[in-house]
Order: sequence, then structure tokens, then C-alpha cells
Amino acid sequence: MGRAHVYGDNVDTDVIIPARYLTTIDPDELAPHALEDLDPSFAARVRPGDVIVAGRNFGCGSSREHAPVALKGTGIAAVVAASFARIFFRNAINTGLPIVVCPEAAAAISDGDEVTVDVSSGTVVDETSGRSFKGEPLPGFVMEIVRAGGLIPYVRARVGSP
Amino acid sequence: MSAAMTITEKILARAAGRDSVRPGEIVMCKVDLAMANDVTAPPAASAFEQMGAPKVWDNTRIALVASHFVPAKDIASAGLLSAMRSFAARHAIEHFFDVGRGGIEHILLPEEGLIAPGEVVIGADSHSCTYGALGCFSTGVGSTDIAAVWATGEIWLKVPETMRIVYSGRPGPWVMGKDIILAVIARIGDDGASYMAMEHTGDTLGHLSIDARLTLTNMAIEAGAKSGIIAPDEITLAYVHERQRANGRERPFEVFASDPDAGYARTVEVDVASLEPMVARPSLPSRAVGVTEVERRKVDQVFIGSCTNARIEDLRVAAHVLGDHRIAPGVRAMVIPATQRVWQQANAEGLLERFAAAGASVSTPTCGACLGAHMGVLGPGEVCVSTSNRNYVGRMGDRSAEVYLANPAVAMAAAVAGEIVHPADVRPEAPVLEGGVLVG
Repeated sequence: MGRAHVYGDNVDTDVIIPARYLTTIDPDELAPHALEDLDPSFAARVRPGDVIVAGRNFGCGSSREHAPVALKGTGIAAVVAASFARIFFRNAINTGLPIVVCPEAAAAISDGDEVTVDVSSGTVVDETSGRSFKGEPLPGFVMEIVRAGGLIPYVRARVGSP
Repeated sequence: MSAAMTITEKILARAAGRDSVRPGEIVMCKVDLAMANDVTAPPAASAFEQMGAPKVWDNTRIALVASHFVPAKDIASAGLLSAMRSFAARHAIEHFFDVGRGGIEHILLPEEGLIAPGEVVIGADSHSCTYGALGCFSTGVGSTDIAAVWATGEIWLKVPETMRIVYSGRPGPWVMGKDIILAVIARIGDDGASYMAMEHTGDTLGHLSIDARLTLTNMAIEAGAKSGIIAPDEITLAYVHERQRANGRERPFEVFASDPDAGYARTVEVDVASLEPMVARPSLPSRAVGVTEVERRKVDQVFIGSCTNARIEDLRVAAHVLGDHRIAPGVRAMVIPATQRVWQQANAEGLLERFAAAGASVSTPTCGACLGAHMGVLGPGEVCVSTSNRNYVGRMGDRSAEVYLANPAVAMAAAVAGEIVHPADVRPEAPVLEGGVLVG
């Protein structure tokens, strides 16, 4: 269980991690700057297990994989959004950042609510309000990549030398 | 007989080795060209090593372009460039474009004759949708995805639904590709084409040069689209053949077109003849309105550059607006040609000298200013008119800076007037363009 950090629509990858930090891909170096241009206090307030809740088109813009890596580096349990921009969606799956598509949860959860997310079932529970939500299931093929632990182990199992 | 398909479905079916595909299906596609740049290639190189493939699937089908933090803006970016150079050398990457030999990838690769109709292009940069102007399927991905392509030559793709945009009429004076795509994004929204292929059609295309068409497809991502595409016509084929010949890269390709009864998720009709130049207010591309509706903001900086609007046609139009004027006192105007070739062409035509003599800063090709990396980073509270594609909070520098997106004519007019005005207020005679060449 963690605390919800609630944001609006069109949270773009430039505000998730500004270009001035793209000279590293180290999650520990990126995490202190996560969401810096949208909410400068986020990095100091976030605790492992917290959940980001946002509106439509989360992660729009640049294809920088540093964005999911920075968010994962903060220790958040998941991002729950009404919808994700497609490149961010792929990057999150590939790098192992848990995400849930759930417009109802995105609309109902308030900033600071205590939230539990079960990514494998897509269930989001707002413990503060007592409401439960069911996210959209991931396509079967995408679940294979998730189950493999991300795209790197998925590909390694197919092409890698033993 | 197989079901009617769009051009995008036909290209993906070919790449998947299938007779037909349907929107929503997940297919494995063979990739014809995989591109990455100095920001995305180094993490991809590391992911590639972890995947354990002994070598890349095809060293002639990978393009690596030094474009974002070039010339190296600091020691850390010099490290990124060095990592990319090492990877290129280790794997004998044929299409490696270093500083001074390339430029911004989305303008460079078509120029180099590396993009052909009917192919599948995957780029580790969100504006990889640009290449679709030449009739290929092209989309942006992240570093790990591109590493998987390097290892296997394939990528999984969900076949997108297609949004058809039907343009009608001849663009009015001062209206460029930028204004047309901003008008579309204003209408459908920043996620209006989410996960879709955006297929540009209609009689207007016959009036648009390749330079203008590349601007249309460039900003598909700003509406959330997976790709942008224009079916090849005579203009496309003439350009592709000329570029292939000029670069010694002649090779066969397949031209596809949508079936008349293909299925579309949505059709949007745009009356181009009635458009005026558009300006997108801070801080979303969808906040575009006609230039005459925009507040006359005083500007601190004007940026003419980026993969959206830094081709030779863009620079010719900017120089036309500049005429004998000078850059307004208190305004910094940055002109950054997109590639080494555009730079040389603009130099040969005397455009760079005219910009410099008028008080503009003219630089070597780089993405720099567009993403707030270097060569024109905005300070607190500054206002910029930019020909680039994103005006997000903090995109070009400080989070309190404000960016207005516009075409090169509107941008240069702001540089001369010191505020946002209609270009005709600065230069009454509109440019007359034929095939990207200024003829009046």
C-alpha cells in the first residue's frame, strides 16, 4: 500500500525527466529529478510503494526510456492512468515499470489517498474511499514479455548464447 | 480475394509475411531500417549486450546519427557520443553519421536516400514517424525496443487503426505544412490519434513539396499517433529516385496504396484553403489558433530549426520574410539548418550570410535548442517562438519559459517585429513556392 500522487492529462516525458538529465541512464541518478518540471516537490515526497495516478495520454512526447527508468528508480509501485501514450507504454513494459490502464480509478482517486495495486490482475483499490477498480488487461503477447521480466530477458531467451 | 486494406495494413502484412492483417492484431514484422541517435543508442547498446546476441542482425540496415547533444555539449554527452562511435565501429555499422557528416536524423535519412516507400522503419526517437511522408511505415520506440531489433531484425507491432485526413484546396499565402498539421492537432487533440496511423490524403497534397509533407508526418506523434503516412505519388517517386541516385543507393521498393473500400476508424476533413498561419500557445501543440487570434506577445528568442522546420524550403521562406530587415533589438534569433547538406545549400544560396548580417545567430546542425539541451536554452520567464514541434513545460529550458510553435515565416516575422505578428505585417509579398523552390 502506498500514497497516491495525482496528476492531470498529458504528463509528457519532458516533465517526467527533462533533457538536461539524459546523459545518464542510471535509475539512482535519474530518480531525484523525476517529475521535476511538473511537481518539484515530488522526488522529496515520494516513498517506495507509492502510486502515481494520472489522466489521459500519460508519457506523451519523447521516446526517452529514461522516463520509465526514472519513475521506477523512485520505488513507486505502479503508474495508474486513464491512458498511456504508446511509446511510453512499450518502454514501461520493456523496462519493468508496472502500469495499469484504468480510467475509473484515474478519475476517482484523490491525491494522498492510500492505494493498493495488483498489477497482474489489474486491480486498483483506494483504501481511503474503500472503492475498488478493475484495470484493462494487457494483451497476451505483452504479458509474455512481462512474465519474462522485460524485453531483455525475453530476447535473451531467443537469441542469446547459452 | 483478401479483405480491403489501408496502405499501412498492406505494408505491415508484407513485413509480417502475411496476405493480410487487421487492426488490433499483434504481428512480428521484419524491419528494413533501424535508426537510433546519441541519446537513445548508448542505452540500446547496453541492452543489446545484455541480450547476448553475438552480432547485429544486419549492419547495412542500421543507422546511427549523432544529432541531439552535438557538437558534444559537455563531458557526459561526449561520453554518449563516444559510446555510439565504439558500437558503430565494433559492429561495422554502415550508416553512421558523426558530427559534420550528418545532422538531424529525420531530415538526414530521406536526404541520404535511405528511406523508400513500402518499407518498415523503426527509430529510437519519437519523431521517427516523419519518414512516412515517403510512403513507408515508420514509428518511434525506446532504446530497449531498438536493441531487440538490432538483435533479431524484427519487432512486434499492434496493427494500428487508421485515421484518414482528407485535405482539400490550395494552401493560402503564408500557409505551410506546419500550419496544416497544427490545425489538425488543434481539432483532434493531443491524443486524438492515439495508437493510430494518420493517413494524409486529398488534393492539397499535390501542392505540397516533400519538405512540406515531411512536416505533416513529423507531428503525427503530437496527436499521439503511431505513424503518419502519405501514399507515394509522382512527387514522392521523383524525390526518392533522385535521392537514391545522388547517393548511389538505388534499390527496388514496393509502392502501396489504400484500397478504395479500406476501413478507417475515423475520417477528418480539413479545408486547407481557408486556413491562416497557425500558432500553438504554451504548453501543448493542440493549443494552436490562427496567428491573428494570438496575443501580440513580446518575444525574447526565436528558434528556426529542428526536425520539423529546418529544411531548405523553410530557410528560404525565413530569408524571404527577413528581406532587408534586421532582427529586432532585444531579440535573439537562432537559425540552425537541419543537416550538413541543408547548411551547405543555404550557404550556397547566400541565406546564411543574410541571416548573420541581419543579426541572427547561425549554427551547425543539432537538435539542441528544441529539447532544451544547448544552443539556445530558455531562461526563467522567457518567451520563444519556435519552429519545432513541442511547447511542453520545460521543453526548451526553464519550466517558467513559454514556447509558441509556428511556421518559419511567422517565426522570422516575430524576430523582425519583436512580437508575434502576421508575416505579411513584416513582408507584404507572400512567398510563391513551387516544389520547395521560391519562384516569387
